[in-house]
Amino acid sequence: MKPRVLLENKQLEVTLTRLCYQLIEVHNDFSNTVIIGLQPRGIYLAHRIQKLLEGILKKKVNCGDLDITFYRDDFRKKELIPNRTNIDFIIEDKNVILVDDVLFTGRTIRAGLDAMLAFGRPNDVELLVLVDRRFSRHVPIQAKYTGLVIDSIETQNVKVEWTETDKKDRVTLIDK
Amino acid sequence: MSNLSVNHLLGIKYITKNDIQLILDTATNFKEVLNRPIKKVPSLRDLTVANLFFENSTRTRLSFELAQKRLSADVVNFSASSSSVKKGETLIDTVNNILAMKVDMVVMRHSSAGAAEFLSKKVNAKIVNAGDGAHEHPTQALLDAFSMREKLGDLKGKKIAIVGDILHSRVALSNIFCLQKLGAEVKVCGPTTLIPKYIESLGVKIETDLRKTLEWCDVANMLRIQLERQDIKFFPSIREYTMLYGLDKTLLDSLSKKIIIMHPGPINRGVEITSDVADSDQSIILDQVENGVAVRMAVMFLLAGRQ
Repeated sequence: MKPRVLLENKQLEVTLTRLCYQLIEVHNDFSNTVIIGLQPRGIYLAHRIQKLLEGILKKKVNCGDLDITFYRDDFRKKELIPNRTNIDFIIEDKNVILVDDVLFTGRTIRAGLDAMLAFGRPNDVELLVLVDRRFSRHVPIQAKYTGLVIDSIETQNVKVEWTETDKKDRVTLIDK
Repeated sequence: MSNLSVNHLLGIKYITKNDIQLILDTATNFKEVLNRPIKKVPSLRDLTVANLFFENSTRTRLSFELAQKRLSADVVNFSASSSSVKKGETLIDTVNNILAMKVDMVVMRHSSAGAAEFLSKKVNAKIVNAGDGAHEHPTQALLDAFSMREKLGDLKGKKIAIVGDILHSRVALSNIFCLQKLGAEVKVCGPTTLIPKYIESLGVKIETDLRKTLEWCDVANMLRIQLERQDIKFFPSIREYTMLYGLDKTLLDSLSKKIIIMHPGPINRGVEITSDVADSDQSIILDQVENGVAVRMAVMFLLAGRQ
């Protein structure tokens, strides 16, 4: 089957802007809130959101990258390559927004929660994803902010592309 | 390239350039972990590691143990002096008995060259060589390369001098293999009696003049004179050795460029280097120790990741 485009260009921009305003509704001026993107694919979304928020709020918003390789439960089941963790702020007592591109089984987020706790005890943790693949969860984890909710089957893949690495912004549904 | 080409780390000789780079890159990630408020990751929580030290060690043993604990592995320690080895048990029997207690990985130091390789063929566990006689000490070479890379960037074309007791040094041999695989030039310097005859066949240059060597190099790795391994006199006296091959601040300051000083420890202060050199800003001796934990974490993490 031909890959189906779910989000692209203007549509994606609108979705990202909407997510930002939803965040502002809850977190006001972000004075006590930080964003953490999950490596490897969540960091692009996290930094996009950060830039948009900074544009709207006219102030700096903290955003870090978190690698979760060492916390995964499928270590030894497949080959994993660690990426860079870069969190240069304190998360103790902060409100943390975890950011990833696709929410599927929830296992990545589970590992992300574990990895994040190594940096301190946050006040509150929320999850933001661009695409939520409903009905495919292996662990009881839900996102508070979602760009798009889709119904998909195991044999399908959601591919999120960013200008930074793939030359265009696009979300597609592909049959494996 | 996302995993090691070997099941055991027996020596640098047996691993590829890609393996070395993978270990060093992974160690960078672990170094970041070690700077977090909570310095522990759960990666190896289902693994048991035995540290078998048939020879004395402070740094390596502590470093391995800390690395294992930071990876959440269960650790058992064993030292030859307080064990049944004294009662005449063979190496294979000792290790098999330990493995019968369901141990997945063995870190071993032994005074016989090839002990780790021998073990890897006989037992069903991942083996990490923590030094075998005067043969290899792979994790030391890796942490040395990691520390140099931190200071100098890519080691390709860099000039590294190894000074001192080359003949009895497993650190020297592992360093030579490692640095050459990474594209660096290696020169050894020491009294002729302490430079092995075959060393030139490895593509290493020999120099007997310390000043010339130091003028040439970017990094000087100063080795300890291993008196415990010397059964005959290789030089007339420690004092004479120090006069010819000891590095002091005057010599260091008189060089035309700032070189990096390394030492695998333990230091004999006042013999191979003086205190003011060891504690100077050109010395990265304590960085080496810090990096040792990260590099050993990377080695064990990557070995455990292999099916």
